[in-house]
Amino acid sequence: MIDFLLILFTMTLLYAAIANRMQTYLWILILQGAILSGLTYFLLTNIEVYNVVLIIAENLLFKTIAVPWFLHTILKRNQITRETEPYLPNFVSLIIITAIILLSIVITTSINDMFIAKNLFIAAISTIFSALYLIMSRKKIITHVICYLILENGVFLLSLSTGNEMPMLVNLGIMLDIFASVLILGIFFNKIGDVLKDPDVGLLRNLKD
Amino acid sequence: MEIYYFLTISGIIGTGLAINRKKFINYLLLFLYSIALIAYSTHIALTQESHSAYFTFDSLSKLSTLTLCIISIAAFFHGYRYVEKHNPTETPHSKGLFFSAMVILVTAIAHINLSNHLAVSWIFVELSTLSASILIYHHRNIRALEGVWKYVFVGAISVTFIYIGILFLSTAGKQAQITELSYSNLLQHAQALNPFWLKLSFIFFLLGFSIKMSFIPMYTASIDAKDKAPAPAGAILASLLMNAGFVAVYRYYAILCQTPLKTWAQSLLIISALVSLFIAAVYMTRVKNIKRMLAYSGIEHMSLMIIGITLGKTGAFAALLHMVLHSLIKPALFFQYNQIYWVYQSKSIYDVGNYFKYNKAGAIALLIGWISLTAIPPSGLFVSEILLFQSLFANHMLLVLIVVMLLLTIIIWGLTSNVLKILFTPPLQINESNIPTISPWESTTQYILPVLAVYLAYFQPGWFIDWISKAIIL
Repeated sequence: MIDFLLILFTMTLLYAAIANRMQTYLWILILQGAILSGLTYFLLTNIEVYNVVLIIAENLLFKTIAVPWFLHTILKRNQITRETEPYLPNFVSLIIITAIILLSIVITTSINDMFIAKNLFIAAISTIFSALYLIMSRKKIITHVICYLILENGVFLLSLSTGNEMPMLVNLGIMLDIFASVLILGIFFNKIGDVLKDPDVGLLRNLKD
Repeated sequence: MEIYYFLTISGIIGTGLAINRKKFINYLLLFLYSIALIAYSTHIALTQESHSAYFTFDSLSKLSTLTLCIISIAAFFHGYRYVEKHNPTETPHSKGLFFSAMVILVTAIAHINLSNHLAVSWIFVELSTLSASILIYHHRNIRALEGVWKYVFVGAISVTFIYIGILFLSTAGKQAQITELSYSNLLQHAQALNPFWLKLSFIFFLLGFSIKMSFIPMYTASIDAKDKAPAPAGAILASLLMNAGFVAVYRYYAILCQTPLKTWAQSLLIISALVSLFIAAVYMTRVKNIKRMLAYSGIEHMSLMIIGITLGKTGAFAALLHMVLHSLIKPALFFQYNQIYWVYQSKSIYDVGNYFKYNKAGAIALLIGWISLTAIPPSGLFVSEILLFQSLFANHMLLVLIVVMLLLTIIIWGLTSNVLKILFTPPLQINESNIPTISPWESTTQYILPVLAVYLAYFQPGWFIDWISKAIIL
């Protein structure tokens, strides 16, 4: 079941590479949040029940419901166009993300360490680097925010690998989610959206030497 | 307990400043915080060890906290002058929010320096990003928005990188069952950590802290932040926040020094520092924005500090001395920048000049600041840089020494040509009737801080040298 969920999670990255509409990204976030809840349930078997409940609740309420809903509100409020506006064609992005996943598999299998959960590690590393690529290859600021949230999901996945030994680190991951999402989305919702309608990074290039 | 008392007081005062709209109460709260900060720093200086496992009162903490106390109080004073003079129509709420963010930022920085645990350090790094973003957005215009957006976004990615670094470090300790991520515990069990994961962890840790340190690769967002934040806040970002990043990396590097990865880490840090120094040299020759020029100069000094810690005990001594002295000198220049802006209403080098004519006391302060920053004797930084060059020579790193000296020459040339232009060359256009009269008293701190740096560098009080010597944990 864990491997199935991890494969499903990695497939969402390929879907993100070819997504044309902003709404698709929101569905990807919802799906990833749900998968992470399932993985938390199956992976964190050696920690206190209340802690597992807390982590699953954070995943379901925050990652799966609140943040996508909040983003949906931003898209509607600022009348952001539906297109994702990538710098590169989707096909090229698909190739690059596939290469990232393959490279993650090659690197992880070459690591000679019996203490790491390799499949989990592959999914996490693929997500982190794919999200960084997506941030670089997208024009809209709101897409950067969404890809940053995908990056956070990858980091959360990584934290699950040490979750049984150090549950504190998973809790820190939750703090990171809340801090970054609230701060970034808060600025976007309250400030950028008011000043710039449908902003892309080209509008934020005025600070010069 | 004292730590939790101080955190509670800071929280109450920070909240009070943010919600209160009465001017007198706001300044009273700020005054109370300054008193609490002095008491706290004195307590740390006089106490041997913290009662909390998450914080440490070692010599490095004492050194950084005392510096923080001096600079913060000067920044509060200039912050007060700034909000009263720069924009008299500013609402009490906006002023309160500014000081609230300053209080939270100073508290967060103090506890990054004091923390003995990676996770605790990380939490305060998050808090510092949050409070710094409020300060950067203080002017609430499109440029400030650009600055804050870049800082927050890159800051969030940096915080994530630090977190990944912590996760890799926990993986490094899995085999040896090290679950306690305190610096002291990791230092004790450094040999048992898995070198592969430790390497990866250090790379991510360095990447993450680069935005705080103004170091490659994330320095760009920190330059924008220092440019857009009001100068008193910029002074904190350009000295205390950089120190906090440096202290965290230094503590981590000390762990690596106990393992076979020492040489690898040395090479990584020296190469990164040389690239940073090169970037600083390139920008310093072409920068025309006075505030950004001061920010880029920070990259130069951080690079020197990073090179210093890789050079053994003498180098580390030079680096720590440089950290303190740079923290005293750089804020003085940021405070002086405020007066330059009041005179010319511009931060562009093309719009300023003949500063001696319009603000004599300020011009002398700027001249002293320039001498101090370029390490020309009797600048305090001359001592730390000479020690650093000696260490490079003693370690047979002649090539690095030559490259460093060459790049420093370019940086000094860039800084000097701009500062001399401000001081002596007449501006192209100026309406002299609009120039305000600035009281010489407003430059007091700009004189005191570089002189204090000279005193610490040349007279070297026993307690100060003792703290630096004990802070060498490599």
